[in-house]
Amino acid sequence: MHVAETAFELEQVSLSRAGEPVLRELSARIPAGATCVAGPSGSGKSTLLRLLDRLSDAEAGTVRYRGADVRDRDPLELRREVVLVPQLPALLEGTVEDNLRFAAELAGREPDPARLLDLAGLDASFAARDGSKLSVGEQQRAMLARALALEPRVLLLDEPTSALDPETTGAIEETMLELRERLRIDLVWVTHDLAQAGRMSEWLVRIEAGRAVEQGPTAELLGAVAG
Amino acid sequence: MVTMASVGIDVTLTEVAASLALVALAIAVSIWRRSDLEKDIAIAVLRSFIQLSAIGYVIQAIFDEDSIALVIGLLTVMVVFGAFTARRRAKRVPNALWPLLAALGVAGATTLALVVALGVFEPTPRYLVPVGGMVIGNAMTSAAVALNRLGDEMTDRAREIEATLALGATATVAAAPSLRRSLRSGTISVIDQTKTTGLIFFPGTMVGMLLAGADPTDAVRLQMILLWVLLGAVALSALISTTLAYRNFFTPAHQLREPPEP
Repeated sequence: MHVAETAFELEQVSLSRAGEPVLRELSARIPAGATCVAGPSGSGKSTLLRLLDRLSDAEAGTVRYRGADVRDRDPLELRREVVLVPQLPALLEGTVEDNLRFAAELAGREPDPARLLDLAGLDASFAARDGSKLSVGEQQRAMLARALALEPRVLLLDEPTSALDPETTGAIEETMLELRERLRIDLVWVTHDLAQAGRMSEWLVRIEAGRAVEQGPTAELLGAVAG
Repeated sequence: MVTMASVGIDVTLTEVAASLALVALAIAVSIWRRSDLEKDIAIAVLRSFIQLSAIGYVIQAIFDEDSIALVIGLLTVMVVFGAFTARRRAKRVPNALWPLLAALGVAGATTLALVVALGVFEPTPRYLVPVGGMVIGNAMTSAAVALNRLGDEMTDRAREIEATLALGATATVAAAPSLRRSLRSGTISVIDQTKTTGLIFFPGTMVGMLLAGADPTDAVRLQMILLWVLLGAVALSALISTTLAYRNFFTPAHQLREPPEP
């Protein structure tokens, strides 16, 4: 079996929040490709994701991205390469195009709104729409298009479908699969839904109470659960 | 240059005591409507009596000494008290005291230096003490309102701010919309006051001068100077306090110190 190169490596990582430990000496490997981090709510999945692009730093332990400690990277540059799409949409005031332009300019790029919207599964007419007037599903897609405007190598997705109905969830999953095909982008997808992990990932890290309890190829791990 | 005409007014303590009738009215309203403010009203009246009497003697002493050093001393005390008072309104802003001290100090010093340099007022205690006190008082209110809003913004909009940081934006860029709204909050009340002055309310200086027998034209001109000076002072105070304070919400790595709940 082909072993993918390692994108992220977490070694004995601990982090607390308001005095409560959220991650406890967690160690995990996240290969290039599509990985799901799955676990019940409150298990520390979102916190883990935030360590990967340095929205937080670990109190103890090391997080490596392509072999180098993330703390040695400029956080702003890292976040333009490893882009996090938050759980709930949080667009800036203005049109969708304003949002795309804002992100692209941070990376010193000129955006192509029609292409970005197409990649995120929206038609070009959305460019001129006011971000705050869109449905949650449409806002989530606009957030995805905005993240893509940075032309990232890795997308970190924090339960991107948790606020969506099953039909929209299916459509977003389809968009993400297409996106991987078209852009060859690595995905780290946080979910509490193991079935979704089965559909979306090749590698699975299961965490509980701030520790990685299991990791490996998704098909093998879920096969074992099903068996 | 503004100069004092020899206006004279005598206020006896009996006259002051007579105005307590209106305080009694306020207390009566509170008791009648059970708004439970009697104690607060009594404390407010007592505090205003003690504080104003004390400051009256202090100002008299400074006028008698005619010493700029004493003026600076008094204004410094006002800046420090003002900063501590404003900090209570800015509870959600970490380490708000230093930004407030800087805002009040710079706003007060710059405004006074400008009005003296432009020849509006003489650099004597008679002008510097009242104008300085008013400037610092208004700068305090403006900084307190601006930081209060900033604290709410940074907490309530943490998701939006972090989503912007997640695109590789700097803390300054991510906080910009919140800073803009906080600056507006801090200055808008003085702008509104300046817009409506003379129509809906008569400002204190003008009322005081008219009561003291000054010519209405002079009273109005002095009031205009003070209102316009205050506009500059509050804008400066809100700008400095928010510009210095927002950094306290972020780490040097452009992370929110208090990230939003997952």
